[in-house]
Amino acid sequence: MNRILEKQVLSDVTKLMVVEAPLIARKAQAGQFVIVRISERSERIPLTIADFDREAGTITLIFQQVGKSTEEMATLEVGDHFATVVGPLGRPTEIERYGTVVCVGGGVGIAPIYPIARALKEAGNTVISIIGARTRAYLFWEDRMRAVSDELIICTDDGSYGRKALVTEPLKELLETRGNEIARVWAIGPTIMMKFVSLTTKPFNVPTIVSLNTIMVDGTGMCGGCRVELTSGQRFVCVDGPEFDGHQVNWDNLLARVQFYREQERLALEHWRHKCRLEEVVAQEEARTSVATGR
Amino acid sequence: MPKKEIVPKKTPMAEQPPAERIHNFNEVPYGYTPEEAIAEARRCLECKNPRCVEGCPVGIDIPGFLKLIAEGDFQGAANLIHQANALPAITGRVCPQETQCEVVCALCKKYEPVAIGRLERFVADWEAAQGVLPVPPLPPPTGKKVAVVGSGPAGITVAADLAKMGHEVTIFEALHEPGGVLIYGIPEFRLPKEIVRREVDYVRRLGVKIVTDFVVGRTATLEELLQEFDAVFLGTGAGLPWFLNIPGENLSGVYSANEYLTRVNLMKAYLFPEYDTPVARGRRVVTIGGGNVAMDAARTALRMGAEESIIVYRRSREEMPARLEEIHHAEEEGVQFMLLTTPIAFHGDEQGRVKELECLRNELGEPDESGRRRPVAIPGSNFRIPCDLAIIAIGQSPNPLIPTTTPQLKIGKGGVVIVDEKTMKTSIKGVFAGGDVATGGATVILAMGHARIAAKAIDEYLRTGEW
Ligand SMILES: Cc1cc2nc3c(=O)[nH]c(=O)nc-3n(C[C@H](O)[C@H](O)[C@H](O)COP(=O)(O)OP(=O)(O)OC[C@H]3O[C@@H](n4cnc5c(N)ncnc54)[C@H](O)[C@@H]3O)c2cc1C
Ligand SMILES: Cc1cc2nc3c(=O)[nH]c(=O)nc-3n(C[C@H](O)[C@H](O)[C@H](O)COP(=O)(O)OP(=O)(O)OC[C@H]3O[C@@H](n4cnc5c(N)ncnc54)[C@H](O)[C@@H]3O)c2cc1C
Ligand code: SF4
Ligand code: SF4
Ligand code: FES
Repeated sequence: MNRILEKQVLSDVTKLMVVEAPLIARKAQAGQFVIVRISERSERIPLTIADFDREAGTITLIFQQVGKSTEEMATLEVGDHFATVVGPLGRPTEIERYGTVVCVGGGVGIAPIYPIARALKEAGNTVISIIGARTRAYLFWEDRMRAVSDELIICTDDGSYGRKALVTEPLKELLETRGNEIARVWAIGPTIMMKFVSLTTKPFNVPTIVSLNTIMVDGTGMCGGCRVELTSGQRFVCVDGPEFDGHQVNWDNLLARVQFYREQERLALEHWRHKCRLEEVVAQEEARTSVATGR
Repeated sequence: MPKKEIVPKKTPMAEQPPAERIHNFNEVPYGYTPEEAIAEARRCLECKNPRCVEGCPVGIDIPGFLKLIAEGDFQGAANLIHQANALPAITGRVCPQETQCEVVCALCKKYEPVAIGRLERFVADWEAAQGVLPVPPLPPPTGKKVAVVGSGPAGITVAADLAKMGHEVTIFEALHEPGGVLIYGIPEFRLPKEIVRREVDYVRRLGVKIVTDFVVGRTATLEELLQEFDAVFLGTGAGLPWFLNIPGENLSGVYSANEYLTRVNLMKAYLFPEYDTPVARGRRVVTIGGGNVAMDAARTALRMGAEESIIVYRRSREEMPARLEEIHHAEEEGVQFMLLTTPIAFHGDEQGRVKELECLRNELGEPDESGRRRPVAIPGSNFRIPCDLAIIAIGQSPNPLIPTTTPQLKIGKGGVVIVDEKTMKTSIKGVFAGGDVATGGATVILAMGHARIAAKAIDEYLRTGEW
């Protein structure tokens, strides 16, 4: 269990891993996530189940290297094991036949939006997808998204591929031209993107579901660290979510909370990089002396 | 027999000095030496009707084991304790003796009671020091399978008892390390994790399988477990933290005690960055609450480098539910107590980080339904406590994950699973429950007591099939 069976480099900073996790694959549904721990010293980090194969007993994780844990994860190779893979956590996406829906995926958010778009398509919806990234190199799964979408709009911030725009631009146009058709919008990506998607859909009164990525520890409702403020009260993202009505979220509070450990995260990354460099130097040194002594 | 000479005070137990211990996570009391233990055990009056036994929720033969200690037969004392209590090294350290076995000790009328908890701890530690505890010979397998959900004191006790009866037991635990609150909540300086690991190891050696990283209600539902197992015991504890529901509670730097203690204990944030999980290190830390959890959080904050650690509690000192020893240790270590104080709002800075806790002062009014005088806020008495970290430790209730995924499971007030107290049976055939999940946040010894009742009832159910 917990073994990495496949690793793909989707971009410089985005990796895909297929992990052996039969118990989780058996139950996983779109919208759910797992918590992984690399080793005994690692923190517990939440990652969306981007795909699963019940027969093969595997789940697919896609992650962006943003700090220590994800950098370290990127160094794992096929055959390595995670110390922990626990899940599926959170509530599944509420999939129904809504009519026409829009799925917005930003950056690594393309990974979690994919199973949702697929499930919505399978449920008979007309799916319009918008995917975006900073630059072309950070885009992935265009083919997969195309396969489950009736329409696919691609944006990059720098115009290196698709339209030069933020995802909110084509979304706004869609709402202006076909607003009455659109029954629901899903948005997954950086918190700031989900905030602006919610602000964009608000005047059109289109229900908007976002998948929040708060900081988590246990993922079972035990610590309250993942709590979020909605207009209807406080919720725990790991058990009540991760999907919520984007129009209810107190975004500024959320943005502040996910920044809380920034200084320590920087320290952790530096400490780790330093250690890695040191290990490299030691290894080189050892290689050299062993050559020198003829061992 | 000549009349015994009464020794008025407990034999003192050596402790790490406060100035030193606030810089480390090592255990505070060192425990008795054999000579001290024998001297303390001799203080017992060997009462004909020992009230102490009634005070102990699991009815340990206290005068019996004290007598064996007094005679120097420590192994005999250990064996006797084990008949009623599976985890004496733990309960000796964490039981609220002053409201249980010791408060009713005959000596209490005039003097200090016998230090029953310390002696229980002594015997358990002595036994552990003799080497690995051998497992008893097990009966032939019954072929019956039991799932135990949760690996806190309730879960590990029920698992051990059932394994000794020949049943095949699997524990499912949501976290990556077994032990429940004993691992993630109660800090090292009060209960060394070594002891918890020893108990868990013992259960493993009895043949119990422990599956970590398995969340019942998600990885598999209770119903699915029932298809594979002949009976299920729910020992999922009371892990859902309560919040105050006051403005500013979601500012950065406001933690539940569960989160704070889990980061430090389970995730070892005190070893950051060697371990990856960070925790905020406050300079001025305010902890809200007056129970063991609050004391643990406030004392942990000191060890994490706080210059000031302040406890805010809405009633007066006499009403604090924490163990006396914890309050006393906290005071020695310099924790400040702001009593009769009710928090009404957190205030933050531009970055959304907590910087002050606004409170009202209280006076004591009429007694409430718990018989304690109700704190009544004095209008206009608002004042603010500057702080850069706040920890909320006002209580917790059972996690709703299993109830919400098991609609047939009957739930009572405060989210507790309803059980028949004589058998710990729930409303679902084949499902038993005990410990904090059935009571709301209580004590280790009660959880263990429930587990022992449940183990008997489960065994009977497995043998007869009768519900
Ligand atoms: C339900 C859920 C699903 C997620 N799914 C994915 C996914 O499929 N792919 C993916 O790449 N990421 C996902 N994330 C985010 C992922 O957990 C974080 O990127 C990861 O924890 C960062 O760890 P780090 O040590 O590499 O970076 P850190 O050094 O810890 O942080 C770097 C940056 O990431 C943010 N961050 C830190 N910890 C977390 C955290 N636990 N959750 C969210 N943001 C955090 C910080 O604000 C900071 O800006 C998900 C988060 C949640 C809550
Ligand atoms: C900080 C703190 C200090 C305390 N101090 C004292 C003290 O000094 N003295 C004292 O007597 N008591 C104390 N208590 C209370 C005592 O710890 C509890 O009463 C006791 O641990 C309850 O035991 P339990 O087995 O019922 O549950 P717990 O110890 O809570 O264990 C429950 C376990 O079940 C797991 N679980 C929960 N849900 C699931 C699920 N769905 N699937 C799988 N696993 C699950 C949890 O992860 C946990 O490991 C303290 C509590 C805390 C939090
Ligand atoms: S188990 Fe607790 S209450 Fe019972 S004798 Fe031991 S310390 Fe006292
Ligand atoms: S009540 Fe006190 S003195 Fe009497 S038997 Fe119990 S411990 Fe000994
Ligand atoms: S992560 Fe701890 S309660 Fe959600």
